[in-house]
Amino acid sequence: MSRKLLLENAHIEGINTYDVYRKNGGYRSVEKALKSMSPDDILEEVKKSGLRGRGGAGFPTGMKWSFLAKPDGVPRHLVCNADESEPGTFKDRYLMEKIPHLLIEGMIVSSFALGANQSYIYIRGEYMYVLQILEKAIKEAYDNGWLGKNIQGSGFDFDLAVTPGAGAYICGEETALIESLEGNRGNPRMKPPFPAVKGLWQRPTVVNNVETIAAVVPIVNDGGDEYAKIGIGRSTGTKLISASGNINKPGVYEIDLGLSVEEFIYGDDYCGGIKNGKKLKACVPGGSSVPILPHYLVCKTAEGNDRLMTYESLSEGGFETGSMLGSGGFIVYDEDQCIVRNTWNFARFYHHESCGQCSPCREGTGWMKKVLHNLEHGKGKQEDIDLLWDIQSKIEGNTICPLGDAAAWPVAAAIRHFREEFEWHVKEPSLSQEKNYGLVTEKQFETETA
Amino acid sequence: MEENNNIAFPQSLLDEVKRITDMFPEGKQKSALLRVLHLAQSHWGYLSVDIMDYVARLLHLQPIEVYEVATFYSMYDTEKVGKVKLEVCRTGPCMIEGAERIISYIENKLGIKDGETTEDGIFTLKSVECLGACGYAPMLQAGEKFHEHLTEEKVDALIEEYRKKPVANYMGLENE
Repeated sequence: MSRKLLLENAHIEGINTYDVYRKNGGYRSVEKALKSMSPDDILEEVKKSGLRGRGGAGFPTGMKWSFLAKPDGVPRHLVCNADESEPGTFKDRYLMEKIPHLLIEGMIVSSFALGANQSYIYIRGEYMYVLQILEKAIKEAYDNGWLGKNIQGSGFDFDLAVTPGAGAYICGEETALIESLEGNRGNPRMKPPFPAVKGLWQRPTVVNNVETIAAVVPIVNDGGDEYAKIGIGRSTGTKLISASGNINKPGVYEIDLGLSVEEFIYGDDYCGGIKNGKKLKACVPGGSSVPILPHYLVCKTAEGNDRLMTYESLSEGGFETGSMLGSGGFIVYDEDQCIVRNTWNFARFYHHESCGQCSPCREGTGWMKKVLHNLEHGKGKQEDIDLLWDIQSKIEGNTICPLGDAAAWPVAAAIRHFREEFEWHVKEPSLSQEKNYGLVTEKQFETETA
Repeated sequence: MEENNNIAFPQSLLDEVKRITDMFPEGKQKSALLRVLHLAQSHWGYLSVDIMDYVARLLHLQPIEVYEVATFYSMYDTEKVGKVKLEVCRTGPCMIEGAERIISYIENKLGIKDGETTEDGIFTLKSVECLGACGYAPMLQAGEKFHEHLTEEKVDALIEEYRKKPVANYMGLENE
């Protein structure tokens, strides 16, 4: 069974209220930080913890914080990215809904470490009821002296507010989020300058995911070394995984990084196996953007190693035979699911969500959606599969922000691993409307010695 | 510029606008725009040009600054919609769990297609992209409420309920 650093108290009745949260050890990290730590001490603990961004990219948090520019007289900001929109991901919503004060606590200590006196939580507009939960908790925190002027007599002034988006996946990209927070369309910015130098209102800004900020609380409480004891190698600590699809127990799980994928899918403490006794066909382990894995590469890597829930193991084999931990949006597909239909569904999503700034993404996602629609509906041609491959390869790496890559990768991986299923749709157009293809045959992968 | 002076928030909402703009530093009131547009849409049901012009005056913005935002984000309606929008998630995990079946069931039940509004003006059906409820699929959102683990029976019951009281709260406000 994995440890719980974030969700330990999530089941306690009334933990969303200040009194119950405080009684269960809440706001200890703020007391500790303000009384006995300097901002640099906190940064040091975060670096030691090995914490990596939990939104998807997995960039080391301590390093991201250390890039923050500190010009004299210019306010700095911490912005919490609560724009959770990656298909398959619903962990931040769970955390904010159950224990809103944990995020607020994390915002206070993190902002203290960064020297930010005014920070914001940007939450997707569809989570408006969660925004209200957060605002209620923020009010309680003000009323109890954890926010506002001279917090707990420390001399540290800190204001926190929460502000909504209005339906745009792209605003999960940090510069688009900043644009949106400034009241503009969510068009990503060209980088450099990075937000650490010129972010919100052209001021130095750190943007961190909800779960990342929450994880700073146990790191400050127990020390970075203690946090780093959990996990394997550069994958330290615990991770919230959102599990969905054809499994017995969908939901949010906090796991020790390093847990085996097999145990996560089949273990009774986690997903509890495939629903209705069916066979596993495929898995998207880190949100819709990451490469889909065929059944034989889910629990074992191409090298024959056990596949683990870590940044490194999930990406073992690169995009040829691996995937990514991403946001932890873990989607499981049984033998009755159609990969062509799923790929079309995702392509439609990315086309809908492209902001339209860059031609390869704006046009390419539309083309992929149309070609995949034809293939799925029995109107595809053999050359469409190569056309799809060609389009995705011309989007990847050619756009301002990573949405282009995110749109290209699922298509590339689906063709790479499930080409025979795509070809079957072309050869058997009417049959493919009636039934599903089933499992694909296991491929042998050559090592790159040739 | 011609102004439609009949459009104005009641005092309670003007107070709310003040609270929202106060969250941001002096001169950065544009940051309040998305939330104020949500308020306006909750209050009036959709964002007409007159309403967007009113929001522009309220926040000291050019009308174009409001239009370009209102047309970028998928939650804003610039055309009239039903009193209750049934927004069914259609993405990946929801599709696996039968979102398409739920969408056609609602289409048949209400006699409208995806994107249309019933003649009595109560319901609009809209398929939308991932709402972050993948583990509780299939689901739909009405106002700010998430209806999860949908079945045909659950859809029947919630449609019945909204027919009796066609109000879908958003931001704690009842639309007019």
